[in-house]
Amino acid sequence: MQHGIQLGGIDYLILVIYFLFVIGIGWVLRRYTKTSEDFFLSGRAIPAWIAGLAFLSANLGAQEMIGMAASGAKYGIATAHFYWVGAIPAMVFVGIFMMPFYYGSKARSVPEYLKLRFDEKTRGFNAISFATMTVFSSGISMYALAKLLELLLGWDFNVSLWISAAIVLAYIYLGGLTSAIYNEVLQFFLIVLGFAPLVYLGLRDVGGWNGLVAKLNTVATTNGYAPGTWSQSWRHLTSPQANPMGVEWFGMVMGLGFVLSFGYWCTDFLVVQRAMAANSMAAARRTPLIAAVPKMLFPFLIIVPGMIAIGLTYAGTSFTLPKMADGSWDYTMVIPNMLQHYFPPGLLGLGLTALMASFMSGMAGNVTAFNTVWTYDIYQSYIRKDATDAHLLWVGRMTTIFGILASVGTAYLATRFNNIMDFLQLVFAFVNAPLFATFLLGMFWRRSTGHGAFFGLLSGTVAAAVHHGLTLPQNAVAGIKGGWIVAWFSARPVHVYPSEMAQNFWTAIWAWSTCFAVTVVISLLTSRKKSDQELTGLVYSLTPRRTDDDHLPWWQRPAGFGVAVLVLAVVLNVVFW
Amino acid sequence: MGLDIRTPIGLMFGIFGLLLAGYGLMTSGSAIYQRSLGLNVNLAWGAVLVVFGGIMLWFGWRKK
Repeated sequence: MQHGIQLGGIDYLILVIYFLFVIGIGWVLRRYTKTSEDFFLSGRAIPAWIAGLAFLSANLGAQEMIGMAASGAKYGIATAHFYWVGAIPAMVFVGIFMMPFYYGSKARSVPEYLKLRFDEKTRGFNAISFATMTVFSSGISMYALAKLLELLLGWDFNVSLWISAAIVLAYIYLGGLTSAIYNEVLQFFLIVLGFAPLVYLGLRDVGGWNGLVAKLNTVATTNGYAPGTWSQSWRHLTSPQANPMGVEWFGMVMGLGFVLSFGYWCTDFLVVQRAMAANSMAAARRTPLIAAVPKMLFPFLIIVPGMIAIGLTYAGTSFTLPKMADGSWDYTMVIPNMLQHYFPPGLLGLGLTALMASFMSGMAGNVTAFNTVWTYDIYQSYIRKDATDAHLLWVGRMTTIFGILASVGTAYLATRFNNIMDFLQLVFAFVNAPLFATFLLGMFWRRSTGHGAFFGLLSGTVAAAVHHGLTLPQNAVAGIKGGWIVAWFSARPVHVYPSEMAQNFWTAIWAWSTCFAVTVVISLLTSRKKSDQELTGLVYSLTPRRTDDDHLPWWQRPAGFGVAVLVLAVVLNVVFW
Repeated sequence: MGLDIRTPIGLMFGIFGLLLAGYGLMTSGSAIYQRSLGLNVNLAWGAVLVVFGGIMLWFGWRKK
């Protein structure tokens, strides 16, 4: 195998300095990490802007960087919907409407909120599935990093895996969540400053925005689509046949924009934990709103390089994407190959360090969420209820070690059984899809009960699996891609979707709707165990309206800030319509 | 919290900026810049990073 990139001394120097800073931050913070709350919640002392950037960065794993650039090449600017439709509205919603209950309830984790609002079994279901999922995600992240380094630089897979694991372990073990959050902020700037020159050089090479659009028109017409399919975000969503995603606007807005996006940004403890660590209610509510501003601009940093790559590839004059064994373009190589193509030694070191930073921030986010849920929601709840705080802090550190070892194990598992990974990710998708219905009803409908929530979640998960088992994307074989239920009966799929993405969106819509309906019906049939008093601060109608920010100017209030963010997002959609 | 994150951010990017700019000066006119369309991106971007690092350091130290 040939290794694409030769690194010089200056590149290694930058990488090593980055590692030293990352561990150094953990080392300094070690002195301030004295209680379990310091370790798991940063002592609830993080200013809003830091929490906001960490909120964004924790989600910005490398799968995101590599995957979104790949989608930019594959689908064009419509990929930005994963940000403008699939993130911004949900981030504004969680900040304005949900954070008062997460932060105000003093819950230490998302599963703990479920325990306070509903009951033990709902919490247990969520805690166990979430903890398992985070370990696997972080393992998959490590696997991807080590594989990429092997391919690009010829580094040994084992060495890369263990070194990256050791670095993440060191800084979380020492400084806990604060260390992870501080490093996420560092990583955020590194990612922005490391990739910005790539966008500049790429755009310059392709002839500016107009040059890019012209080249993308060629890409679109060559593939049998209308010109502009790659450079206009909404105009080609009228039918699934009109765009390479195979999705129409309704599936996009409901499946991605509503169910999947709200399910992730509003209920995933990985991101919510960053806001829970904020130093005040106002800061916690501003956290996702602050994150939303760079988030909506990220398409220009991440997706545009993909569009440039495919445009130049079709033009055939300078940059060309590599091909895979079956002759199709290897879209996942957009970022690595563009770094190699445009960056001289020096800047190349910075770009690769940024790529590595994105892997680590994703990994660290998973590990901190895992050790908190494990320690508070599983260990303290089921194993040792009377544990002292010093003991919990110790358990947190041990869990960090355990979590990272389990992730390394997962990474090795992934090298042998790629199918298992696909299978697990599928199962987690089923478990996650209905979650937002449970939180929505829990926070805004006081009548909803613990039994309703638990069985709603369960049936939502089952509905996702059944929908997946009955339908199939076009040209796919029954199995991991769906259709496995009908395959047992040697029947034909109930419905064939134009693409896998469309199938995913609709699986989520079905899961959400089932969970919503079942929770409502069972709640009406069962009686609520918690009194109105117990639910104060957890449910909208039982919580007094907040008045503490009434004296602030509108743009400092969450609602005003949130509306401004939404207006900005609408403007972006209109400009790139 | 005892550590202002802007200080390490400022330090790290300041160092990166100086390294890149210094390397850019040393390799000025070299063939390595054919990749970056003939621009000495190390020098230019190094300077940007130095400015960014300086601003971060200034914010981090101002409070004390």
